Amino acid sequence: MQVPAPFEYARATSVEEALVLLDRLGPEARLIAGGHSLLPMMKLRLATPEHLVDINPLERELRYIREEDGEVRIGALTRHRDLLESDLLAERLPIFRDAERAIADPPVRNRGSIGGALCHADPAEDLSAVCAALGARVVIRGRDGERSVDMTHFQRGPFSTAVGDGEMLVEVRIPLREHAGSAQEKVKRRAGDWAIAAAAVMLQLDGPNIGDAGIALTAVGVSEPRSRWAEEALRGSPPSEEAFAEAARRAAADCDPIGDQRGPAEYKRHLAGELTKRALRRAAQRALAEEV
Amino acid sequence: MRVNVTVNGEQRSAEIEDRLLLVHFLRQTLGLTGTHWGCDTSNCGTCVVLVDGEAVKSCTMLAAMADGHEVTTVEGLEHDGKLDPVQEGFMEAHGLQCGFCTPAMMLTARALLDRNPHPTDEEIREAISGTLCRCTGYKNIVAAIRWAADHPAAAETAPKEVQA
Repeated sequence: MQVPAPFEYARATSVEEALVLLDRLGPEARLIAGGHSLLPMMKLRLATPEHLVDINPLERELRYIREEDGEVRIGALTRHRDLLESDLLAERLPIFRDAERAIADPPVRNRGSIGGALCHADPAEDLSAVCAALGARVVIRGRDGERSVDMTHFQRGPFSTAVGDGEMLVEVRIPLREHAGSAQEKVKRRAGDWAIAAAAVMLQLDGPNIGDAGIALTAVGVSEPRSRWAEEALRGSPPSEEAFAEAARRAAADCDPIGDQRGPAEYKRHLAGELTKRALRRAAQRALAEEV
Repeated sequence: MRVNVTVNGEQRSAEIEDRLLLVHFLRQTLGLTGTHWGCDTSNCGTCVVLVDGEAVKSCTMLAAMADGHEVTTVEGLEHDGKLDPVQEGFMEAHGLQCGFCTPAMMLTARALLDRNPHPTDEEIREAISGTLCRCTGYKNIVAAIRWAADHPAAAETAPKEVQA
């Protein structure tokens, strides 16, 4: 039987109370949202927090997807299912639906949250790359106030983020761009599994050419959240197969996957390039469809 | 800590260890062994119950997190001797073989039909994709849920004797 090591459970009923509890309980306290990353690790004793602060009662404060000031703002406790079923995201940021359709399975998506996924920072987790490709920022709140961090500076390494002791991520902010399209492509061994590799991309058109681009890969050992070198291959070029092939080549060269039970390194590198190309094609189609 | 959970419409209260998982609270503390405990790793989905009407893997939720919420287990599907149409569907369409995944499959089906009374086969397949049938009897499980969707008032209009 897998059972977590003993801990003390506390429940927060507001963001303010959660921050007070984190402050009082110290660095051995962890927030728990959906718990679908943290509890499995606790059951394996890979995580042994002394205190858990349950923030599920904060849904009224932190579960929302709304458009505001030219951004889409997503509350940290917004569940995977909400991201999958949101009409606003389907229309403006369809990359979320691409990703969510292939994240775990429906019961897991009923519980897991975007804030939990980003803060757990599993290198094989999909939403970190999605948010990075979109140029998102996250809002981190502490007792002394709020700060906002670009997704390219959020992850400090596997399972490590910019969220400090006594702080919590409260919101994800994604800039809405005109003439833009986004897409994610993922290959996995079986339904519901983690990615062997995945590519998240955003393209913004400026007249007939690509004005801006975001490319972020999942599970292939990238050193930076976004492949700037691959993005550079796109800026100023028309959205053509040639430009996509060059960006894909660079994205694949930028990653450093390890061979494991999900496949050898060379296969993952091949996937990184191929999935980047496929995602760019779809993102371009979406950007062009928005044009007409 | 003390938790108060509404289980199958009944208020249940117990003193529990903070780390107790919902699946063990249901099976051991309350003796409701209809909820099955399978892989223990959030993969197999045989432990699915409904929390506030939504399918949840009870091996990946603390009992403490269910405090103040409504939990439905397979024992709660039948009302006053009348089977839920989903249960009837599993009988009519031979929706089970070994039966290990059946409680989770039926609860998942109930949650689906409550939200979407006329699902496509594709939607049924997607809805049950979080639970594994080790007999691989998916075709009949989909047929059973289809039957329940086509007979929403089956239990009310045609109470059926369960044949031994």
